[in-house]
Amino acid sequence: MPRTEIYGVRHHGPGSARSLRRALEEFKPDVVLIEGPPEADVIVELAADPGMVPPVALLAYPADTAARTAPGGEPDAPGRRAAFWPFAEFSPEWQAIRHAVETGVPVRFCDLPAAHQLADPAEPAAAAAPEPTEPDGDETERIRLDPLGWLAQVAGYDDAERWWEDVVEHRGEGPSPFPAIAEAMTTLREDLEARPLQGGHAVPEAYARRERQREAYMRRTLRRTLKEGYERVAVVCGAWHVPALRAAVPVGQDDRTLRGLPKEKVALTWVPWTHGRLAHWSGYGAGVRSPGWYHHLFTSPDRPIERWLTAAARLLREEDLHVSSAHVIEAVRLAEALAALRDRPLAGLEEVTEATRAVLCEGAEAPLALIRHRMAVGERLGTVPDSTPMVPLQRDLQAEQRRVRLKPSALAKEHDLDLRKPLDLERSRLLHRLRLLDVAWGEPGPGGGRSKGTFRETWTLTWRPEFDVELIEAGVWGTTVLGAADARARALAAETATLADLTSLAERCLLADLGDALPAVMRSLADLAATDVDVLHLMAALPALVRALRYGDVRGTPTGPLRTVVDGLVVRICVGLPPAASGLDDDAARDLLRHIDAVHESLTLLASAPAPAAAPLGRDAPAESRPVARPGQEEAASDHVNRWQNTLAGLLDRPGLHGLVEGRLTRLLHDTGRLDDVADRMARAVSIGHVGHEPARAAAWIEGFLSGGGLVLVHDEALLRLVDGWITGLSADSFTDVLPLLRRTFGQYAAPERRAIGEQARRLGTTAPSRPADDEDLDLARALPATRTVAQILGRPV
Amino acid sequence: MAEAGGLRSSDRAGAAPSEDTVLRPHAEQQFADELALLAEHDDRPRPSGWRLSPWAVTTYLLGGTLPDGGVITPKYVGPRRLMEVAVATLATDRALLLLGVPGTAKTWVSEHLAAAVCGDSTLLVQGTAGTAEEAVRYGWNYARLLAEGPSEQALVPSPLMRAMREGMVARVEELTRMPSDVQDTLITILSEKTLPVPELGAEVQARRGFTVIATANDRDRGVNELSSALRRRFNTVVLPLPASTDEEVDIVARRVEQLGRSLELPQAPAGLEEIRRVVTVFRELRSGLTADGRTKLKSPSGTLSTAEAISVVTNGLALAAHFGDGVLRAADVAGGIVGAVVQDPASDRVVWQEYLETVVRERGEWRDFYRACREVS
Repeated sequence: MPRTEIYGVRHHGPGSARSLRRALEEFKPDVVLIEGPPEADVIVELAADPGMVPPVALLAYPADTAARTAPGGEPDAPGRRAAFWPFAEFSPEWQAIRHAVETGVPVRFCDLPAAHQLADPAEPAAAAAPEPTEPDGDETERIRLDPLGWLAQVAGYDDAERWWEDVVEHRGEGPSPFPAIAEAMTTLREDLEARPLQGGHAVPEAYARRERQREAYMRRTLRRTLKEGYERVAVVCGAWHVPALRAAVPVGQDDRTLRGLPKEKVALTWVPWTHGRLAHWSGYGAGVRSPGWYHHLFTSPDRPIERWLTAAARLLREEDLHVSSAHVIEAVRLAEALAALRDRPLAGLEEVTEATRAVLCEGAEAPLALIRHRMAVGERLGTVPDSTPMVPLQRDLQAEQRRVRLKPSALAKEHDLDLRKPLDLERSRLLHRLRLLDVAWGEPGPGGGRSKGTFRETWTLTWRPEFDVELIEAGVWGTTVLGAADARARALAAETATLADLTSLAERCLLADLGDALPAVMRSLADLAATDVDVLHLMAALPALVRALRYGDVRGTPTGPLRTVVDGLVVRICVGLPPAASGLDDDAARDLLRHIDAVHESLTLLASAPAPAAAPLGRDAPAESRPVARPGQEEAASDHVNRWQNTLAGLLDRPGLHGLVEGRLTRLLHDTGRLDDVADRMARAVSIGHVGHEPARAAAWIEGFLSGGGLVLVHDEALLRLVDGWITGLSADSFTDVLPLLRRTFGQYAAPERRAIGEQARRLGTTAPSRPADDEDLDLARALPATRTVAQILGRPV
Repeated sequence: MAEAGGLRSSDRAGAAPSEDTVLRPHAEQQFADELALLAEHDDRPRPSGWRLSPWAVTTYLLGGTLPDGGVITPKYVGPRRLMEVAVATLATDRALLLLGVPGTAKTWVSEHLAAAVCGDSTLLVQGTAGTAEEAVRYGWNYARLLAEGPSEQALVPSPLMRAMREGMVARVEELTRMPSDVQDTLITILSEKTLPVPELGAEVQARRGFTVIATANDRDRGVNELSSALRRRFNTVVLPLPASTDEEVDIVARRVEQLGRSLELPQAPAGLEEIRRVVTVFRELRSGLTADGRTKLKSPSGTLSTAEAISVVTNGLALAAHFGDGVLRAADVAGGIVGAVVQDPASDRVVWQEYLETVVRERGEWRDFYRACREVS
């Protein structure tokens, strides 16, 4: 007579795992059925591989995602349809797998095949995870969705995890809890089935149907297994399903339930998983809040509290917090006293946390947060052996990771890359390529990762399990990271419809060193620039390109095509700007001004662009300070600047220009030294006789002229002198007219700035005349090199 | 009560004049009936030297209903876990350090803990800059010392010494205000649980049940920072400010009622609305943000603790009962609030005026309050 034992477990419960392991050793089954996708039967032996270290997960994904490899193929909304079955060291299912694999017993997964689960659009997740429901939710629904939580509530606990810990996990050695669990579940389910008759609400139909299907499939697998002649069958499944598996349901009924299910071709593999994911992502209805704690409970059954608190003390000591052994002793005593006070058999994580706070941390919260993060969640990343089925892209990434010596880790780690070192440059390129493939393994630091100069990048690296899914999806684009990123960039270039997006794509290509894709991007860019009639778009595109040009230089990337595009863009902007600048309202003027400023800045930058950083530089010398520039480039750049300035000058003399723009242009041209009649212009702008004179326009003019903050006035003495001269030269009447406008502009400055301007203005009259006398003592020959360097840094022509 | 040691003085609370006439009865006097009720129903094991089991002590602090329907009023309104940690600490004969900003019921909790654990909350050392070692160890009756030489009769024990002899809970208030050298005398007492008296060649060994509850102020850090040696002999519980307005209103209303009774104020119904208003003003100014989270405010220099809110309302009640129409009105609390907020006449007055004009004035239903505050400020 074959014997079947059904073990109802709590997913990811260390106590269940330990009890299960013991029960299996006693029962000695000749086949083990486990709740999970049956497609995984073929890869389950990998669990015995020493390279397989939990937490890992079974990943099911539509097989055709990876099969399509044609580059440039339209990725029709890459489906996020993947399902995971995570396992931690302390998961009962994992222990069952290990037990079976170690004793050479076959393992079968008996849940509904992933083929059906992925195909059914109504049910995207592998198995609807019973979310913790609202306390005021319907009772029936709550029992069904969280049966253990309901049992806990009946037992007077407000937290299911604590109840389970007390009743099962903390039992230690004792009689097997499984019969009792099965009994409780049977009663609960019977109770629940009786409910709708009493007028209660039923559970959501989709959920209930899926559950019926799953349980029918489990029963079918069980029947088949028995038919094959196995004598001792062990079934490991969620506690909730135990009564359903025991029930005598006619074969025909199950067949009806399972008939005509939609199906899809799926592939399964093992992927590394993380504790963080276990903590908030519900596997099949059982996310655990503190996987690190459970892992600890499972791996050190001997004096877990003492070991945990000792580990916490060591962690705090590593952070230079003084914690002695005496602290640990007292913390253990407090945790045990608290557990007794709360009538718990053994101190749980909560008691241990309280003890840690009161004794080890002396009431402080910050170190406690550290312990919670590093120990209670206990971030760790599992590994899978090399023989695991993988798409070529995953393998290539593994090889790349080994090559550039970057190991994936679940803990966020900051990397400071010095792009002048070949290894760091390779790393940066890899990370940028992955970002193009939507695998955001590295997050660039603030300021686009270039806060410390163009040759440095800061990255924060965190490996997340779903990256494996992204990689499998990205398999559409190619078999290597480089190839896939290249194909992706080309496809993006073809799709992208706005100039700004294209330029940022070009920038990303440069960063990722996708030299082959760049011409395609540039072609699209040139096409778009030629047809785009809105000069503002062109102006918005320029800064990123100029940045890319300069940045590319530092990285040693060829930027020839980029330069061509920039050249074309500048000409188009200069032609298109004057018509675009007339007849603007206030908002449009402000918008245009922003763009003018950006272009002006970019072109100045371009004119001072250095030669590519070919030669090795001193560690502390930024690449920009190299004094030699390529002559051809220099010429082109200064051509651009000339053209730009001419355009601006032409614009300035057009009638009907918005006050803001006119003021700003006057200022820009004054700064470049091209205007010698600024004082007259200023007087004219605010004089009564000016065409279209009205106070608002004059105000805008002044605002535009003085924009850039009050500090400019403090430091630019010439400018201040100019403004000062103009104001003091006003007649009494004009002054009264202008005063409100001035107030309006100066009122925007912060109080300290205004004070500084005032002090500076007072000094104008006194010390200024004596200054020129000092000049005679200067040793110009000695000052020249320093002046030249400063000018170089400031980007001014020497 | 444990048998008094040979040196027990007679001016203890129990022998004090009739309880009806004292201004403020001790916790064990005021809640004697609750303590007796708890002891009657307490069938859980009691640590030696304790008058109640740890479970009963927790119930005493947090309130609850006994099996026979007897009601225990909550003494502390706040997270349950804090009180559990405090009681568990005392049950493991560790010393307890209650930390918190002023007005977070540190002293209140320590008094009630002592009353519940050993039935006596009077073994108290008040920490000040002038607290001398004698207050922690022992002093001498100099007349006898001169007449008889060192003898046990000439010894004047400190509250701590008495607590050790009798296995009671000693309380140390404002631990950080004591000079460091005096603080350090606690180290031996807490770790060795013994107090040597070298003059007599004797020592006092603490009996079971002895422990110390100390309170210290977070904001006073740096006055006399605790040495790490002393610090690690305490388990620390940080008492937070009330988490929500409702919780704080609850605390204020409860305490005001109790105070009103013990001060024999004429009965005036403490309007919950008025209390809520006081608490709202305090919370908004304390956090620098209006209750709806929309407007940023400046915070005054004072702490604006719950304790101060209680005193403002009590004060207002007295005003209402004696000089007003017997109902707590905005005018009765306005003076108290202004006094509590404006501690520094220069800067706090600006803060208060800004608050009054930008926040209070805009609230339609607060018009009476606005007018009353305008009058007094």
